[in-house]
Amino acid sequence: MTPAQLIAACLLVPAAGAAGIALAGRAPNVREGVTLGTAGLLFAAVLGLLPTVLKGSVPQLFVLEMLPGIALGFRVEPLGMLFALVASGLWIVNSVYSIGYLRANQEPHQTRFYVCFALALAATVGIAFSANLMTLFLFYEMLTLVTWPLVTHHGDDEARRGGRVYLGLLLGTSIGLLLPAIVVTWSLAGTLEFLPGGILRGTASGSVLGGLLALFMFGIGKAALMPVHRWLPAAMVAPTPVSALLHAVAVVKAGVFAVVKVVVYVFGVETLAGMRAADWLPAVAGFTIIAASIVALRSDNLKRRLAYSTVSQLSYVVLAAALLTPLSVAGAVFHIAAHAVSKITLFFAAGAIYTAAHKTEVSELDGIGRRMPWTMGAFTVGALSLIGVPPLAGFLSKWMILQGAAQAGNFTALAVLGLSTLLNAAYFLPIVYAAFWRAPRAGDAAHGEAPWPMVAALLASAAATVALPFAAAVPLALARAVAG
Amino acid sequence: MIAAHLPVLLVVVPLAAAPLIVLLRHAGIAWALAVAAAWFALGAGLALAAEVARAGVGALVAPYALRSVAAEVPPERRYLYYAVHCLCLAGLLGMTATGDAFNLFVFMEIASLAMYILIALGRHRRALLAAYQYLVLGTIGATFYVIGVGLLYLATGTLNLADMAARLPAIEGTRPVLAALAFITVGLSLKAAIFPLHLWLPNAYAYAPSAATSFIAATATKVSVYVLMRYYFGVFGAHLVVASLPVPQILLGLSIAAILTASLVALWQADLRRLLAYSSVAQIGYITLGIGLATRDGLTAAVVHLFNHGITKGALFLLVGGIALRAGGAGFERLRGLARSMPLTCFGVTLAGLSLIGVPGTAGFISKWYLVLGALEAGHGWLAAYVVLTSLIAVAYVWRFVEAAYLSAPAAGAARVAEAPLPMLATAWLLVGACVWFGFDTSFTVEGARRAAQLLLGGAP
Repeated sequence: MTPAQLIAACLLVPAAGAAGIALAGRAPNVREGVTLGTAGLLFAAVLGLLPTVLKGSVPQLFVLEMLPGIALGFRVEPLGMLFALVASGLWIVNSVYSIGYLRANQEPHQTRFYVCFALALAATVGIAFSANLMTLFLFYEMLTLVTWPLVTHHGDDEARRGGRVYLGLLLGTSIGLLLPAIVVTWSLAGTLEFLPGGILRGTASGSVLGGLLALFMFGIGKAALMPVHRWLPAAMVAPTPVSALLHAVAVVKAGVFAVVKVVVYVFGVETLAGMRAADWLPAVAGFTIIAASIVALRSDNLKRRLAYSTVSQLSYVVLAAALLTPLSVAGAVFHIAAHAVSKITLFFAAGAIYTAAHKTEVSELDGIGRRMPWTMGAFTVGALSLIGVPPLAGFLSKWMILQGAAQAGNFTALAVLGLSTLLNAAYFLPIVYAAFWRAPRAGDAAHGEAPWPMVAALLASAAATVALPFAAAVPLALARAVAG
Repeated sequence: MIAAHLPVLLVVVPLAAAPLIVLLRHAGIAWALAVAAAWFALGAGLALAAEVARAGVGALVAPYALRSVAAEVPPERRYLYYAVHCLCLAGLLGMTATGDAFNLFVFMEIASLAMYILIALGRHRRALLAAYQYLVLGTIGATFYVIGVGLLYLATGTLNLADMAARLPAIEGTRPVLAALAFITVGLSLKAAIFPLHLWLPNAYAYAPSAATSFIAATATKVSVYVLMRYYFGVFGAHLVVASLPVPQILLGLSIAAILTASLVALWQADLRRLLAYSSVAQIGYITLGIGLATRDGLTAAVVHLFNHGITKGALFLLVGGIALRAGGAGFERLRGLARSMPLTCFGVTLAGLSLIGVPGTAGFISKWYLVLGALEAGHGWLAAYVVLTSLIAVAYVWRFVEAAYLSAPAAGAARVAEAPLPMLATAWLLVGACVWFGFDTSFTVEGARRAAQLLLGGAP
């Protein structure tokens, strides 16, 4: 297949898969088979594009002209390639996990769940491969809308409240801030294409560009910069597989992906550095890192703690991109992958604990490591990676970002990263300690590990966390290609 | 030969079909004739390209009407419904096709009288009151319009719009011309339900038969807005209206008030049809906002939104008609859990609702894009912000429906209803499909609107 056909396949496979899942709704085994098959095909199609991208060429697909001068088109550059690889690869693992989770918990509306999931992946790939801001915006909104039924999956009052915050904040920021930002960009630059070096150089004064950057950064609500982060904890009412793949990987990474895209390909790193228009951004990102970590520290609910940890980790990416040095931008890109594999492991473990032991609070986890050694072992790997313990995945990206901060001479950023590492350890390690070294409470029901598909999935993602730094050649090559 | 007479045929065929239907007095044949006339109008309209939107909705609604009218209009009056439908279509098409100020008045009256009857045919007793309200206000509007035309005739000595436009610049500052402008503005604003002259609209939309509502909502007010634009830019001229008088400022002020108040009122309605009616008032506000900007992008936005909002609201009212038919009304308490029994209808409402919000990938987004762009390029950054922020209110009212239909359990003791009948569903989904189609392929809508805007602005700077 030609690269253009592969791009089309990447978009059509999950969409067709969604239709197939809907048709097979009455036969659960066939339906799950279709889900796994679709996930495998999608990953194969994305992988098929990799050699071309690594060779340095940029496959393109032009679909149609939506408005005069604005196309619906796709272009696979290194950053999008990496994002699509991470999302589609983890979808396979997550599908195995979902099957175990949904069946063990006897969740309702399973067909709707798998359909929306496949559509969410189609939207994610659309974002990853988008050639311009309009295409990105189209799939960005689609991702919000198709994940709403997943967030409100349980249909009760709590889900409804969570769904309102989720939709209100994500649509509110994207229509209220991101859309005007795109219109302003169009009116300044006369194009919306993502081009190396950016499209806004010399079109307006530094203060105008600074304001425009603010519209973009807070308009991309999915990147969860404070104060527009509230949708992420609200989304935790969803079943855990949704929190794991969508609200630790696909949706939130779509946010930081868009942030990096805007910084690198719309503004241009040199334009921003030259005009000092992005000087305020590291401060906001640094504040988010610290504040979210403190909230995580004080949350007893495990998923909520993980959600605030995600808010904090997302701002690592924003901070790294805002430092505007080649090394930090490469670190930002690599952190997208490193945080994805680590955080999905943690959510998998949280879901496994809920399924096997029906526990949701951190304070209930005393001694659980003795009953679920594999699950808590994987949790420990994920936690250590996010703290930044070598040689795990999270260490590598943190190291690159630290070096970038040193290069930029930004000592505040260095301090923020150091403090945040301490906070990470402070909210993760007590869980590990309690799980393995505290005695189980009296009266806890006896239970073992969660069903095997869930355990297999979380072991696979933990293995990826360990293996990523040793197989880092491909992601690092892609990350360096972005940083130029 | 025929091609030269198409504009006339377009009006004459539905006009002639109406008395034929009355003579035949059979509901089935009447329906067939109405469909044939409407589809002819669509065919002829396609050839002319200008009338497509109105004739298209007329042509679509006519076949839909079969089931809806069968349910909502007493059998002995059904043939009347179809006759009046044809008359209304003829009147609206005539309004767009004519080049004569007085003919326009006649066609307007034909369309309006037909509409009073269409509304009065609703099965609710309040339909009569709604029709009466509309009758009073509509007549005032028509009277104002004809006074304005009379003044123009006195001043220019012609009723032909093109001749008027040629003779007006010489006398443009004189008092009769200014008075004519004022009368015509108020008259047409009443017909177009431009805030604050919209009071007839919510009741009329809520109590008319569903087929009539979607037809009127998609076409009638839009035609009046179109005529208003023609008078402003084609007859009086942008020089007078935009440069010498504060008409754009007044329009902008009214539009801003319309958008906010009508959207907020829509949010609190207990009935989906009334909600959509108030939303229409707000959406007309977006159209007049585009006119008030008086730039090329602004006018493009106005014309595009005339079309896009027409198909969006047409689709919504058709689907809600199906809900009203099956669930016995469109009050929010009847919508609870409706997605389980009417999945296709509810999904259609959701998709068309997204177009109402202006989510990318739908027709509504294209309108919003040009409106925001137009506001920015006219130097009104705050207006661009206002447009996007108020469209968030649309998110709230569309999601009221989505939450009720998808997340609420059906009311205890409520009977399980069937999906809407296939002909209604198929027509409605055709329009829903158009909402999505015109969100991607805009070559027809945007190109047409740009040409129209260029034509209207003609001599403007």
